[in-house]
Order: sequence, then structure tokens, then C-alpha cells
Amino acid sequence: MNTQMTARKLLTIVCEADLERLLIGLLGNIGARGYTITDARGHGAHGERDGLWPPSANIRIEVICDEALACKIASDLQERYYEGYGMIVFIVDAQVLRPDKF
Amino acid sequence: MPFEPVILFFILGLLAGGIRSDLKIPGVLYESISIFLLIAIGLKGGIELARYPLSSIAGPATAIVLVAALIPLTTFFVLNRAGRLPRPDAASIAAHYGSVSVVTFAVAASFLARQGEAAEGYMVVFLVLLEFPALVLGVLLARRGSGETRWAHLLHEVLAGKSIVLLVGGLLIGWIAGAEGIKPLDTLFLDLFKGVLAFFLLEMGLVVASRFGDLRRAGAFLICFAVAMPVAAGLLGIITANMLGLSIGGAALLATLYASASYIAAPAAMRIAIPEANPALSIGAALGITFPFNLMIGIPLYYGLAQHLAGSTLQ
Repeated sequence: MNTQMTARKLLTIVCEADLERLLIGLLGNIGARGYTITDARGHGAHGERDGLWPPSANIRIEVICDEALACKIASDLQERYYEGYGMIVFIVDAQVLRPDKF
Repeated sequence: MPFEPVILFFILGLLAGGIRSDLKIPGVLYESISIFLLIAIGLKGGIELARYPLSSIAGPATAIVLVAALIPLTTFFVLNRAGRLPRPDAASIAAHYGSVSVVTFAVAASFLARQGEAAEGYMVVFLVLLEFPALVLGVLLARRGSGETRWAHLLHEVLAGKSIVLLVGGLLIGWIAGAEGIKPLDTLFLDLFKGVLAFFLLEMGLVVASRFGDLRRAGAFLICFAVAMPVAAGLLGIITANMLGLSIGGAALLATLYASASYIAAPAAMRIAIPEANPALSIGAALGITFPFNLMIGIPLYYGLAQHLAGSTLQ
């Protein structure tokens, strides 16, 4: 079988759950074709984020897109949300099967 | 027993959190329970509301909302001027204290029922009306003309938030259906109410125990404020209720509404509207101190004061 893989970037955002709706709006406006959101728990600079109730809940948003868009999303997030909110963003390489989807 | 037995569940939660028990109420259950409580409280209020002409409530409702504006304003100036808290923090805490706690209200209502003290059934309408103006006021105080505010988002967050949707929705359903129409639902929404409330309080005990660290950051001034403010606001509630001619039970409930601080609607709205405010301070004060204070000391205190001061203000 000849499987053709194409290089894309996987951008992951881990942030406060309160931001979910704002970030979905941002991703839509900026041209992301899709995203996946999962509930997340963990520990970091903002202490224990145990998800026991909404103010201590985190989410993880994953977006697969090309490098230019991934960098644009990351810099927009940094500019708008890094100062006031708990958030980390990272980008790693990904291989996808259907590049037209991303 | 001077307070409601359901509060023992809150204390159990506190203790379980304190000894680092592995007890956890899943977030999904927290969501489900809060949805249940909001609908049930709305329904009960709606059934009672059907007994009164709406026009008789409009006047008192306006007065109650206007007087309530004193609470966030006072909170802001005390914390910003005397407490030297930064403007965003003082404004965010003002919004928390100006808004109301639905669960504190529910505990006060069952406390009064146990004492055999009747109260005006339409108090739930005031609960709904007091929930959101303070949130808007808090943002105004934080911004005072500077900085951009996502008003559309904030208003949507507050008015389309689950607290308002479910309380108003329950209120309307109860009002339209009336006591007879709701009867088939009584077993779920009325009979099970206290058991579910106990569950919620157990969860809140765990949450409060997990936020004790925040209190260290809050500082002595904010901790004292979180005890003094509900008492002052409660007194304001009793005086207002007396002037409006409410019953002793109504006065105790209004005092509880004024004294309580929001920890469901306010934290979410303030997080978005005033990102530079530290949520550990507002939640630490509102949930860590004022909420337990109101449950264990405040509610019986306001009831006692309401009895003592009944009829002392000229109507």
C-alpha cells in the first residue's frame, strides 16, 4: 500500500475552561478548518487545576493546520491571552493523510 | 440545632478535603446537580409567583435592585481605598458580592421552613433580578472609561448563562403550570430537593477545602471584609425589607440575598470581563469565607435580626 503522508503542524492549547467560547471564535475567524477540545486536569504555574468545579477546570484544544496558520494562531493567543490567563501553547510536527482537510 | 442539618454535609466535605481524602465528586455531577437545583428553585418560585398579581411585585423589585447597588459600590470603595487593592481586583470582588448565591438562598429557605417561618414565595424573583446587575457594575468600576470591554460577550455570558436561563425558565414553567400542573414533577423537584442540596454542599465543602491556599494570599484585610460585609449587607436587607413591608421570613431571605456572594455566575463572567483580576482573591473571599460564614452563622443571625427589628422601621 502506498500511503501518501503530508506534513502539517499540530497546535495544542492548554488553558482555563472559561476561555472555550472565546477561543472557538478566534479559531473560526482566523481560518482554522477544525479543532478538537478535551477536558484536562493538571498542575502548573496556576497550582492544581483539578476540574472539581468550573473555575478550576482546564481544557486542551488541538488544531491541525499548516505552519503559517499555526504560527499566526500562536502569536494571536500570546498577544490576547498570555497576560491575563493561564495558558500554554505548543506546536509539533504532524503527518496527515488528507491534506485538503487541514 | 441552630443551623440546617444539610450544612453537616458541607462540613463533611471540608473535613474530607482537609484530610486529603480521595473523595471526589466528578465535574459532570457538579454540573448536573447545579442544573437540578436551579430548575427546582425556579419552579418553586414560579408556583408561588402564580399566587400574586405581577403588578404588586414590580415596585418592591425595583426598590430592592436599586438599594442592592450600594453593595458592590461600597465593596469597591472599601477594598480599593481602605484595603489598597488594585482597581481590577476590587471591582471583580465587588461584582461577586453584589451578585447572589443561589445555594445560600436555598439553605436559608429550608432553614426558615424548619423554623415554621413563612416568607413571600416570590422572593425567587428578586434572586433572579439581583444576579446580574452587579456583574455589569463590577466591569464598569474596573474599566471606568479605559480599556476595551467585550460587552456583547459579557452580556451574553451573563444573560444566556445557565443560572439565568434555568432560574427564569423554571420560574416561567412553575408560573404557567401552577401548583396543580407541577404535581406530577413534585417527587423529583420538590421531594428530592434537600437530598440533592446535601450532595451539592458536600461538593462545595471539598472545593472550599481545596481553595484554603487562596486565603493566605488574600490577606487579613480581605478576610475581615469577607465576614463584615455580609453582616452589613444583611442588615441593609432587613431594613429594606421592613420598609417594603415584607414578612419576617421575607426580611431574613432578602438579608441572605444581600449578604451572599456569587460563586457560580460571577467567577465565569469576571474571568472574561476583567482578566487582570486575580480569581484566587475573589473566589477565596466569596467561597472560602463568606459562603461558609453565611451557612453557619449568617442565616440564623439574619433571621434573629429580622425578628428583632420587625416593625421597627416605619412603613
